[in-house]
Amino acid sequence: MLNENKISRRGLFMKLGIFFNGLVATALAVPVVRFLMSSITRGRAGAYLSWVPLGRVGEFPEGETRLATFRNPYVMPTDGKTVDTACWVRRVEGDQFQIFAVNCAHLGCPVRWFPQSGLFMCPCHGGAYYRDGSRASGPPERGLFEYPHKIENGLVTIQAGELFTPGPSAALTGKNPPCA
Amino acid sequence: MRIISQIGDWFDQRLQLAAPIREAAEHPVPRNTASWFYVFGSAALTVFLLQLVTGILLALIYVPSASEAWSSLQVLNHEVTLGWFIRALHGWGSNFMVAIVLIHMVQVFLFGAYKFPRELTWIVGVFLLLMTLGMAFSGQVLRFDQDAYWGLGIGASIASRVPIAGPVIVKLMLGGPIIAGATLSRFFALHVFVIPGMLIGFVCLHVLMVLKLGINEWPMPGRLVKRATYASEYHELTKKAGAPFVPYAIWKDLFFAAFILLAVAACALYFGPFGPTGRPDPTIIQTVPKPDYFFLWLYALLSLLPPSMETPALLIGPVLVIVGLLLLPFLSGEGEKSWRRRPIAVLTVLLIAITLGTFTHLAGFTPWSPHMSAWSGDPVPERFLHGATALQRQGALVFQAKQCRNCHSLGELGGQRGPALDSVAVRLTQDQLIRQVIQGGGNMPAYGKNLSPAETTALVAFLETLHPAGQAPARDASRDIVLRESSAHP
Repeated sequence: MLNENKISRRGLFMKLGIFFNGLVATALAVPVVRFLMSSITRGRAGAYLSWVPLGRVGEFPEGETRLATFRNPYVMPTDGKTVDTACWVRRVEGDQFQIFAVNCAHLGCPVRWFPQSGLFMCPCHGGAYYRDGSRASGPPERGLFEYPHKIENGLVTIQAGELFTPGPSAALTGKNPPCA
Repeated sequence: MRIISQIGDWFDQRLQLAAPIREAAEHPVPRNTASWFYVFGSAALTVFLLQLVTGILLALIYVPSASEAWSSLQVLNHEVTLGWFIRALHGWGSNFMVAIVLIHMVQVFLFGAYKFPRELTWIVGVFLLLMTLGMAFSGQVLRFDQDAYWGLGIGASIASRVPIAGPVIVKLMLGGPIIAGATLSRFFALHVFVIPGMLIGFVCLHVLMVLKLGINEWPMPGRLVKRATYASEYHELTKKAGAPFVPYAIWKDLFFAAFILLAVAACALYFGPFGPTGRPDPTIIQTVPKPDYFFLWLYALLSLLPPSMETPALLIGPVLVIVGLLLLPFLSGEGEKSWRRRPIAVLTVLLIAITLGTFTHLAGFTPWSPHMSAWSGDPVPERFLHGATALQRQGALVFQAKQCRNCHSLGELGGQRGPALDSVAVRLTQDQLIRQVIQGGGNMPAYGKNLSPAETTALVAFLETLHPAGQAPARDASRDIVLRESSAHP
C-alpha cells in the first residue's frame, strides 16, 4: 500500500499531463474565442459604418417622401440580395432632409409610407408614425430611426452599415428620436 | 437460419451488446403503464429520427448561402424528384415534433412523473423542449425567404433590448452588422450541427434515465410519493404487477409511432412543403412577415402587451418560465401524483393551453395590424351611401383616401386595429367625432395636419350617417338647451 500523502511517480505524471492539456487548451481557446467574437470586435471603432450616397438632391421632390435603396457598405461575397437596403427619404424643403430606416422601431418590420394620410404604417404589430417619423400610435416606444445624413456635391449621403434595433445600439447618432 | 445466428454470435462475441439490450427490452414495467397515455415519448423520438433522416436528405441539395439558399429551395420544390415531398416531411415533422413534445410534457406533468426520483429526467426534458423550439426557429431561418429575413430582424430587435449586452448579442447573433450571409451560415451551423448534437446527447440521457429509474407507474389517487419508501414500493409494484416492456407495452408505442409517421406523411402529401415565400430581398417592403405556427402566440403577445411592459416581459418572462419549469420537481418532488387530486396542476395546464390557443387563434387574423390595402381594395358598402348628400359622399371619399379604412372596418371589411365604424354615430357626437379625427388618441394617430377643414367637415358629415336605421345618433343634450335658450332670449 502506498502512503496516501505521497504522490506516486505515475500520479505526478498524470497530474502534469492534465496540467499540460489545460495549458494547451487555454492557449487554443484564445484564437477560438477571438474568432467567435470577430463580428463584435470588427464593428468597434465604427468599422461597419460608412457614408453612402443615395442620389442627387433633385431626385427627391420637396415635401415628399420617397423610397430609396442603397448597398450596405460592409459586404461579403455570399450576401446576395440581403445587402441591398431600403430607406425612406423625406425632403422637407431645400437641403433639409430626414432619412428614415424602413425598420419599425418596435420589432424591425418594414414600415410603408402612405402619402394621403401622411402616415408610416407597420404591417406586423400595427405601429404608426407621422411624416416626421415621430410615433403616432401602436406598440413602438419611439419614433422611426433616422440615418445621419449630409448633402455633398449635390448628393444626399447617409451614414449606414448597421441594422437599427430598438435597443441601445439604435442610438447611432446619439441624439434622441423625435418622439422618444 | 443457422448462418444468420452464427453471424450474430460472431458479432456478439465482440460487441457483447445482446445481453444488455435484452435486459433493457425485457425490464419489467408496471402492467397498467402499457397505456395509450404512455406513447408520446417514443413518438417524439420517432419524429426526431424522421427529422434526422429528412434533414440529411435536404442537406444533399440545400445551399446555406444567402445568395443561393432561396434558389436551392426552389430547386428542391420544383426540379429534384420528390424534393418537395422531403421538404414537406421535414416541415410537417417539425410541427408534429413540437406538438408531440408539448403533449408529452403535459402528460408527464399531469401524471406526476416529474416527482422523485425522476427530477433529472424532467430537467433534461425541459432542455429537450428548449432545443426543439430552437430547432423550430433556426429551421425557419434556413427557409431563407422574406418571413425568415424579417423574423431574424424581430429576433435581433428582441435581443437588442437586453440591457448593456444588447448590441453585442445582436452582432453575435447576426454574425455582422446586418442580416446577411454570415447570419444564415451561423443558423445553419446551429440547426445542423450544434443543436442536433446536443439533442442526440440529451435524448440518450433522457432515455437512459427512463430505463434506469423505470417508467412512471400509473398514478393512483391517494398513493403518495415519499422519498424514503418510493424505491421499494416501485420495486414491489414491478415485481407483483409487472410485465416485460417488450412485448407487453411496446406494441402500443409501435402502433402510435407508425400512426404519427403516417400522419406526417399524409400532411406532407396533402398540404405540401412550407414556402419559401418571397425572395429575402430587404428592398421589397411590400411584405407582411409572419412567424411559423408555434411562434404565432408570441406574435400576438408582442402586439397586445402595453409598450412599457414589453421589454421586461420579453426579457424576464422566458427566464421565469424556464426557471419555474426547472424548479418544479424540487418544489413538489413528493406527494400526490394523480391529476384527480391536483386541481391546481390541472387548472394551470388548462389556463396555459387556453391562453396559448387564444393568442394563436388571434394571430391567425391579426386584428392589431392595419390592412395595408383596405383603403384602395375594400369599397364602402353601398347601403352606407343610400340617400347620402353630396357632402356625405365626399366624406366617404375622404374616409377611403386617408386610409381610415386600413384600421376601421365598415360592413365587416377593412382593418380591425380600431373599432368598427358601422354605428359610430351612436357612440360619438359631432363634436366628439371632430375632436377624435383631429387630435387622435386612444391609439389613433391625429389627423389634424393631414385634413383640410373642408375634408374634416365632409368626413364627419359621413361619419354622422353611420348609425343603424331606427337608432338615433348621439347628440349633445346641452347644445339643445343652449340653442333653445338663445332662441327664447334673442
